[in-house]
Amino acid sequence: MNATGGSVTGIGAPVRRKEDFRFVTGNGRYTADIGRPGQVHLHFLRSTHAHARIVRIQAGHASRMPGVLAVITGADLAGDKLGPLVCGWMIHSTDGTPMKMAPHPALPADTVRYVGEPVVAVIAETPEQARDAAEAVVIDYEELPAVVDPAAAQREGAPQIHEVAPRNTIFHWQLGDAAAVDSAFARAASVTSLDIVNNRLVPNAIEPRGALAEFDPGSDSYTLWNTSQNPHVARLVLSAFVGVAPEHRLRVVAPDVGGGFGSKIFIYAEEVVALAAARRVRRPVRWICDRSEAFVADAHGRDHVTNAQLAFDRDGKILGLRVKTIANLGAYMSTFSSSVPTYLYATLLSGQYAIPAIHCSVDAVYTNTVPVDAYRGAGRPEATYVIERLMEVSARRLGVDPAELRRKNFVQKFPHQTPVIMSYDCGDYAASLDKALALADWAGFAARKRESETRGKLRGIGLSAYIEACGIAPSQAVGSLGAGVGLWESAEVRVNPTGSVEVLTGSHSHGQGHETTFAQLVSGRLGIPLDAVSIVHGDTDKVQFGMGTYGSRSGAVGMSAIVKALDKVEAKAKKVAAHLLEAAETDIVFENGTFTVAGTDKAATFGEVALNAYLAHKFAGADLEPGLKEGAFYDPVNFTFPAGTHVCEVEIDPDTGRVAVARFTAVDDFGVVINPMIVEGQVHGGIAQGIGQALMEQAVYDEGGQLVTGSYNDYVMPRAMDFPPLVVDTTVTPCPSNPLGMKGCGEAGAIAAPAAVMNAVTDALGTEDVPMPANQLAVWRVLQRQPRQAAE
Amino acid sequence: MPAVSMTVNGKPVRGDVESRTLLVQFLRETLRLTGTHVGCDTSQCGACVVHVDGVAVKSCSMLAVQADGAEVLTIEGVATGDTLHPMQEAFRQNHGLQCGYCTPGMIMTALDIVRRKGHELDDHTIREELEGNLCRCTGYHNIVKSIAAGARAMASGDPARQAAE
Repeated sequence: MNATGGSVTGIGAPVRRKEDFRFVTGNGRYTADIGRPGQVHLHFLRSTHAHARIVRIQAGHASRMPGVLAVITGADLAGDKLGPLVCGWMIHSTDGTPMKMAPHPALPADTVRYVGEPVVAVIAETPEQARDAAEAVVIDYEELPAVVDPAAAQREGAPQIHEVAPRNTIFHWQLGDAAAVDSAFARAASVTSLDIVNNRLVPNAIEPRGALAEFDPGSDSYTLWNTSQNPHVARLVLSAFVGVAPEHRLRVVAPDVGGGFGSKIFIYAEEVVALAAARRVRRPVRWICDRSEAFVADAHGRDHVTNAQLAFDRDGKILGLRVKTIANLGAYMSTFSSSVPTYLYATLLSGQYAIPAIHCSVDAVYTNTVPVDAYRGAGRPEATYVIERLMEVSARRLGVDPAELRRKNFVQKFPHQTPVIMSYDCGDYAASLDKALALADWAGFAARKRESETRGKLRGIGLSAYIEACGIAPSQAVGSLGAGVGLWESAEVRVNPTGSVEVLTGSHSHGQGHETTFAQLVSGRLGIPLDAVSIVHGDTDKVQFGMGTYGSRSGAVGMSAIVKALDKVEAKAKKVAAHLLEAAETDIVFENGTFTVAGTDKAATFGEVALNAYLAHKFAGADLEPGLKEGAFYDPVNFTFPAGTHVCEVEIDPDTGRVAVARFTAVDDFGVVINPMIVEGQVHGGIAQGIGQALMEQAVYDEGGQLVTGSYNDYVMPRAMDFPPLVVDTTVTPCPSNPLGMKGCGEAGAIAAPAAVMNAVTDALGTEDVPMPANQLAVWRVLQRQPRQAAE
Repeated sequence: MPAVSMTVNGKPVRGDVESRTLLVQFLRETLRLTGTHVGCDTSQCGACVVHVDGVAVKSCSMLAVQADGAEVLTIEGVATGDTLHPMQEAFRQNHGLQCGYCTPGMIMTALDIVRRKGHELDDHTIREELEGNLCRCTGYHNIVKSIAAGARAMASGDPARQAAE
């Protein structure tokens, strides 16, 4: 590979982002910024009940109100013969039966199953008219008993939410060797057992979701501008399953997207209704979600209830791990919901440790709550929270240093096959741990704790040595595990006659900075200025197909596809250069943007070769096609395994229960880093969401199924004051399975931080029995329970 | 429908609005100045911050008619042609943005912080002053750095060099 190292704009350079000029000047173009001539506005009337039969919908008055163009109900949509929303990952129960996927119509015909479920759509000339008319629609409901607690949902006599799922159980699934785990526990010298709740979160990208749907009767085709992390997947599902239109007559555009964190992966009811409405009213139909509406319209994250047990021998070596989890999937199965508490979770329970035997069983259940799906980390934060809380508690119980207990059990040799599918390819877990302990001044903690005590404060410190599986994923592997799609990525490199380059990628950037990092790769490889490279994404009419951005896959998978396409471009360009320089193709050398003939002073720049590829004057017949444009699909051969250690230090005010994060240190091994500035930013953001989960954020339902935390007035969003300056660094073991050696960095913070914070909080409080989030009230209650200990 | 007139980014503008139209709706939908964003419905996220008569205001918390006769500055009016304002340059240099959605509100708030608190801003002051602005991408770390750098650059009048420091 040429000119990728050491260059001012190539791989490894902290290049300032190409996309920033438009964002800092207000010239970003998000879905809500797009105005189409004649556009009208869609507003949803949503269920106010957690579970109820729809007796009657009276919309006559509303449909005659000023500006109203249409009122659409579930019965109307059923008449359009649109299919249901689907979950695309098949999970089988241990008895071999397929998961109990209940029908999920975009608008329900007869029963509502969660507060916020869209029931009636009103389309009007202005947003205000649509809203006013929706308020005039009268729905008669017959209330049904509801259940929101996942364990309660499985009990005999609990309200059954879907006919297909007795005891609301979607699947009972397991992974690992139960007999081997039983045997490990039988010979254990000690066992640590923990009951853990992983709190339900609301993703809260600052740009709310939105859709603008346009129907063109002339071509019988649709365009959908949509806040999507994966516009091609959206088009595929809307076409193949929902049946809105054939793929070739549906264009999906995801323009600038204001954060996703998983919530914009999924295919939701609102997009379906917007498309159906556009056909009905023959005008562009726009839906922009309100923030409070987003609390019930966007899939939530996490929501696991777990019992976990870790068995040790006399020397502190782990013998086995047993995990039982109930995962709340909400009222319907969202697009990838079934994969999150199974293959994205149980496969990572081995953590950074050599564990001979692991068994995990997972019950996924329906409840009368918003559907739950992937949220930043998706399964891996839950796994890390289980194993890293167990390690910390075990160290305290065994009276050994928590860092040393981890070190003793680290995987040392690679590749390492875990008992739960994954084969770790590389890593140096001790290197990250050592660096993190040094940067966090672990040794100086005792002195800082004493200093806090002089001010009457409780200080605690905690570690989280996490691992994640990113770069999802080898298509064959995920296919064998139930995925309904392949998880490769595509790229096309188009070299223009003037030597500038467009790269079309199936990845999608919604904050990750692909326009910069992807261009760095191309600039370094072809030896052309960064400004001569454009990254094109997010439009199904431009990019042929792509799987999109989630699971920290854009670098490891998306950029690998670009490398493959660049390989082809270079090979073709060498043929062109051979003609141009009148030399044998095998004698052409490409370095620093110049083609030379080995052993001569004959040379041509990349621009000259590009121009001659299109002139084709010297090609002499049919042996070489004109043009310089190559595409590639890259299918990874393994997951990647970013890993590292995060250290959190908290200070607690025993009078108020307030927890302050005093210090936070992260050392991550992401393999080769393309742009360290952007990587640090990704880590900062992930940590903030992780600290948010640990100390602040929680979606709370009351027993009747009302979402109590349904707006920014009630749901605690982390603010600048909630964080200290973050200390972030890296170690590097290059990933052996992809050409650039990258692993992925987008989710690490959200995966690692919750356990680090909770380990610090429990250290400070001197008890393991602290719920997450450890918000002020929760901590204050713990302090009231144990006043003497807290006052020490 | 009431008519409103105001000066936006130095240009006089007029429009007919409903009495319930918010200033942010007037800016975005009527004037098509879409750089000012809407991220919530409870006046908490700060994505819609603009300056009204020189003071930072959440434009979702003010009716368009209340801004009648006012001087309004939006993110579109901050740069001079293609030359970024020092605060904008500081956000770019310090990676103070990712998805860009909260960024216009952050920059407008930052300018107001400098107006009120001066050019030497410590970490604690900036974090406290950002109480009314939410970001989900950056963990605020680089936003705080950007604002400190931008404030210093504004004092020196040399945007590119200062903001890069």
